[in-house]
Amino acid sequence: MNHLAQPLALFAGVDPWIFAFSFVTVVVTIWMGFRSARTSKTASDFFVAGRSVSVGWNASAISGEYLSAASFMGVAGMVMSSGYDALWYPVCYACGYLFLLLFIAGPLRRFGAYTIPDFAEGRYDSPVFRKIAVCFVLFIGFFYTMPQMKGAGTTLAYIFPGLPYWVGVVLVGAVITLNVALGGMKGITLVQAVQYWIKLFAICVPVFVLMSVYGFYGHHVGANDGRTEKRAPAGAVAGLAEAGSGVSDPGYRVERKAVGEKAPADAAWVSPFGPLTTKAAKTAGLTAEQARPYSLLYTYSLIIALVCGTAGLPHILVRFYTNPDGVAAKKTTMWVMILIGVFYVFPPIFGVLGRDLLPELYAGTGAKGTDKVVLELPRVLNEHGGVWGSILSGITCAGAFAAFMSTFSGLLVSMTGALAHDVYGRMLRPRASAAERMFAFKVAAVVIGAVAIGLGTQVEQLQINFMVGQAFAIAAASYFPLLFMSVWWRGMTMRGAAVGMLGGGLAALACTTIINVSDLKLVDLAAFWKVNPLLRILCEQPAIWTVPLAIGLMIVGSKLTTTTVPADIRMKMLVLHAPEQLGLKQEYIQEHQAGVGH
Amino acid sequence: MPPPPSPQDRVHSEEFLHTLMRRQLKLSVACAAAFLIVLLGLPLANYFAPQLMATRIAGFTLSWLLLGVLFFPAVWGISWYFIRRSIWLENDEVAAVKAGRKEAGK
Repeated sequence: MNHLAQPLALFAGVDPWIFAFSFVTVVVTIWMGFRSARTSKTASDFFVAGRSVSVGWNASAISGEYLSAASFMGVAGMVMSSGYDALWYPVCYACGYLFLLLFIAGPLRRFGAYTIPDFAEGRYDSPVFRKIAVCFVLFIGFFYTMPQMKGAGTTLAYIFPGLPYWVGVVLVGAVITLNVALGGMKGITLVQAVQYWIKLFAICVPVFVLMSVYGFYGHHVGANDGRTEKRAPAGAVAGLAEAGSGVSDPGYRVERKAVGEKAPADAAWVSPFGPLTTKAAKTAGLTAEQARPYSLLYTYSLIIALVCGTAGLPHILVRFYTNPDGVAAKKTTMWVMILIGVFYVFPPIFGVLGRDLLPELYAGTGAKGTDKVVLELPRVLNEHGGVWGSILSGITCAGAFAAFMSTFSGLLVSMTGALAHDVYGRMLRPRASAAERMFAFKVAAVVIGAVAIGLGTQVEQLQINFMVGQAFAIAAASYFPLLFMSVWWRGMTMRGAAVGMLGGGLAALACTTIINVSDLKLVDLAAFWKVNPLLRILCEQPAIWTVPLAIGLMIVGSKLTTTTVPADIRMKMLVLHAPEQLGLKQEYIQEHQAGVGH
Repeated sequence: MPPPPSPQDRVHSEEFLHTLMRRQLKLSVACAAAFLIVLLGLPLANYFAPQLMATRIAGFTLSWLLLGVLFFPAVWGISWYFIRRSIWLENDEVAAVKAGRKEAGK
């Protein structure tokens, strides 16, 4: 009997609609992965989908891969908990692509290589540099997989209320790892593209329904005017209040529960320089006026990290090689900006509505906190009778699955690609046969998947969106300066590039690790942060000093080693910048093969 | 003995590369500047004119409306302009080189 009681206990309290939608999403994703596994045979198919993906498909696929658990769940959760300041995340996630478009997308595609390490080696003719570049694919990748894993754990803990957080992480991680090991990227392109549309549908339909029942986006923002907050204890149904009722100025009549003690006050929540950016200064006991410059610094550093970081994410950049040419790469980028821009309007709406309708979440921590607002909010519709709330909640859960599954598999492909293609195929065994390479790809996928799952189980207490921001900060200080400078400055040398990337990237890595270790209470630094709010901010959002540091080191390092500028630099620059119709790429390859012999 | 100068040499000349990169970089920098003025100006506006930015429009504060809703279309506009210009630039360069080759062929 015992072995029967166990699964039954697990299913107790499970909403059948939510379970059904999530289950179908997972099954369809896996089925598509397996189906396309049969059609992808060669190594080239595996790595960059044979370089023959059209603009529409590619833009959908990049968007699908980019919209991670952070975008789908984390942004809403953070807007709910921190208010206005969190809006910088969705805006910069979307608009960072502009930097990619303006400075990097076209030239990078023209140069032609499978991965960023390929580019690093090709640009500087240096296999050593490839190894350094590979390390950062893994650093950034692991920082990016942790929040995806938290998204998975949170979602499963929501669907199965009895399930511990770590079980969800292990389960989802294992499924995706298997899918990637068997499918490769050809499968992923199709799956990612479809998943973008699933995610957009899953985020906007519940928003429209919720707004039609509970009031417009702006009205809910407008309700945060300090008049009706904290009238009753959190979550008390008796606390339903109508903003603006009985007051002469035009208030907005929206249902609103009292937000409770743990939530930030209306004024701080709705205006800039709120709880997120003033936290360090507040901890140090500074007054609101004294804290303002710190908040401004925090905001700018966050903007730099997100905008530059977007232009340096390895798992996104690898997709630009699937465009047929540089013009297509630029067009793809523009469509990506439109697709994800449309998407990013919606998650903050969840956060705003969540504050008014579901303030109970402020009291929860970890997997039970505000990060699950997207999943749980549609369920409040059930109080009007019927099952529509459950169905819509099932749809957002399906979207959440699509979000962390697609991003995690994309990351896994690029990290696995780095290990299998760069470390194994180029460094360890350059003469390996195609079958051996395929086998290496599969083994690498399993190893990296296992490490990512292990890390994911540790981060329940960190906010999803915050962790993704850290991955961006590392990318902003390592790959962005590398790509930007390599593409536009012919005087760059391998040593300069390596010193800059290592200096900036490792500094950012160290800072984010210190913050995580201290926030997870593995090491107690609270007393230190209390005395040094400025250091806390520069450590929590390091981009404002690590990005200039990386670029500065690159310039100084290159100036000191000007003799080592690659001899055929003019040709390389031509390949990067001249239109493809001139046929310089073929010329370059011939010359290169004749000269170097590989 | 060095080979006679061919039109291909124009493509490989220092001058061609310099002009090519400068024209494209100029376009990119102009677009980036437009973007950065808006992006970096908004925190400054929040900092120095908090009253103005807190003006309510249809429930939103002005600052929220600008950042959370209107920012996206503005960026699409910049990127649309950039793509149109940069494709035009590329076609122009190709046309110039082809014209040069034709002339040399005569």
